[in-house]
Amino acid sequence: MSEATALASSPHLCVNNVEVIYDHVILVLKGVSLNVPKGRIVALLGANGAGKSTTLKAISNLLHAERGDVTKGSVEYKGERVDQLSPNELVRRGVIQVMEGRHCFGHLTIEENLLTGAYTRSISRAELKEDLERVYHYFPRLKTRRSSQAGYTSGGEQQMCAIGRALMARPETILLDEPSMGLAPQIVEEVFEIVRDLNSREQISFLLAEQNTMVALRYADFGYILENGRVVMEGEAAELAANEDVKEFYLGLSGAGRKSFREVKHYRRRKRWLS
Amino acid sequence: MNFFFEVLIGGLLSGVMYALVALGFVMIYKASGVFNFAQGAMVYLAALAVVGCMEMGAPLWLAVILAFAIMTLFGIATEKFVLRKLVNQPPIALFMATIGLAFFIEGLAPLLFGSQPRALDLGIVDEPIAWVLDNWNMVISKFDLVAAAVASLLVATLALFFQYTRVGRALRAVADDHQAALSIGIPLQHIWAIVWGVAGFVALVAGMMWGARNGVQFALTFTALKALPVLILGGFTSVPGAIVGGLIIGASEKLAEIYIPPVLQDLFGGSFGGIEGWFPYVLALLFLLVRPEGLFGEKHIDRV
Repeated sequence: MSEATALASSPHLCVNNVEVIYDHVILVLKGVSLNVPKGRIVALLGANGAGKSTTLKAISNLLHAERGDVTKGSVEYKGERVDQLSPNELVRRGVIQVMEGRHCFGHLTIEENLLTGAYTRSISRAELKEDLERVYHYFPRLKTRRSSQAGYTSGGEQQMCAIGRALMARPETILLDEPSMGLAPQIVEEVFEIVRDLNSREQISFLLAEQNTMVALRYADFGYILENGRVVMEGEAAELAANEDVKEFYLGLSGAGRKSFREVKHYRRRKRWLS
Repeated sequence: MNFFFEVLIGGLLSGVMYALVALGFVMIYKASGVFNFAQGAMVYLAALAVVGCMEMGAPLWLAVILAFAIMTLFGIATEKFVLRKLVNQPPIALFMATIGLAFFIEGLAPLLFGSQPRALDLGIVDEPIAWVLDNWNMVISKFDLVAAAVASLLVATLALFFQYTRVGRALRAVADDHQAALSIGIPLQHIWAIVWGVAGFVALVAGMMWGARNGVQFALTFTALKALPVLILGGFTSVPGAIVGGLIIGASEKLAEIYIPPVLQDLFGGSFGGIEGWFPYVLALLFLLVRPEGLFGEKHIDRV
């Protein structure tokens, strides 16, 4: 048995049948289960409102601040239940979320942003400096902008800043929410390359929520597809990318390359008014 | 000319007293993006606590420590019972909560320590400094000078704290984005308890200075009103801004009080007075038109 399959069989982060309700009435996740093996990149795919972000927040426990509750199921990290921990404790254990839409601290400089990431670790100045250099090594762009206020940097730089900030906490697992949002395709590739780099060199596991199925499947090892708060499909990334349904519904491809919406059979189109 | 400088210095020193109150606002605003309506009430509570403890027989130093303990407890309680429920709510909700808090304190403080006006003796005499009087024939209050020194020390400490410490950075981070701060493991509860504790401490210093000067009475809650123009001038988010704003307001209102009435009298006849009362607000109003974020405030960053 290869090392890869041995790793895959020992789940690192394990989400079991999680149900999430917002505001006591809105059922968003209807029992989602997934595994993130150590040192892997797992993609969580799906359309708007499928529950990708909610799944990540259920793991990182940021749900409470949004009036959401995990009503069923459990989240285990390294064999321990973590669904009742505060985000602070979870970060200390090595799970950190990079939120959708970047959320840098706009009035802090890039460097200060990075430094806040190390809040949970009590370390010396020298160690802090060393860690900063490590982040700058992966994101050379950030070094050139280190003393600009984050609010005035570009979207790509902010995304890098957000990931770099998370790195400063020395995480083992990063929950990365929609890193491609609002970025030029070239920058998206750059960000994903760095994610792959971090994964292979620092052994950081990633759970990656993405709408951009094509790119995500290219970089991930494994994928889950969410629809209406349920996992409808899962498999090796290459397998998913080759799947006919995934091709048609998520990649906009079918047998004969790209397909126009006009040619889709009528019964597959939504009924429209006045037609 | 001596007279001009006497007015100017007197104004600057009283401006420092305003800055002292404004600092409390800045603390809370920086760390939660909320205008704390209850700051004036906190000044009142702190001053009452000092006087109350002294009446029960405690010496001044013990009374100050006890009052600090009370303000810290109050800060922690505010976080636990008010702010924790309002994480990630719009700022206006938090603002409304502080209005409620102000009324709560204004009721609670007299209930605990009695409501009659009292004097607070800090052992600093409010008299002209003899040396200045002899050499330059100017009246500069010793008390004002001490108050200014205390305020400057406080400002310097707070500014350094915000800029260079781990907790200070975290405070600014929380002010920018609650949720992002949560996501990287900054515990909001601790941060807010710290901020309200420090704001309580600032209120204590302000309360003691103002209480010693004007007596400890309900009117202390209105010192907050004087802090408003200071904040608008200096910027809501800047610690040094609070002190610069205070100096400008203090000096300009005293100078206006002395030098504007004669001009008006020449123009319109009759007598004019009390310019000091409204001048700072007019100044603040003009300032809002020109530079709404204040001299040192953070500009709102909008990306297009």
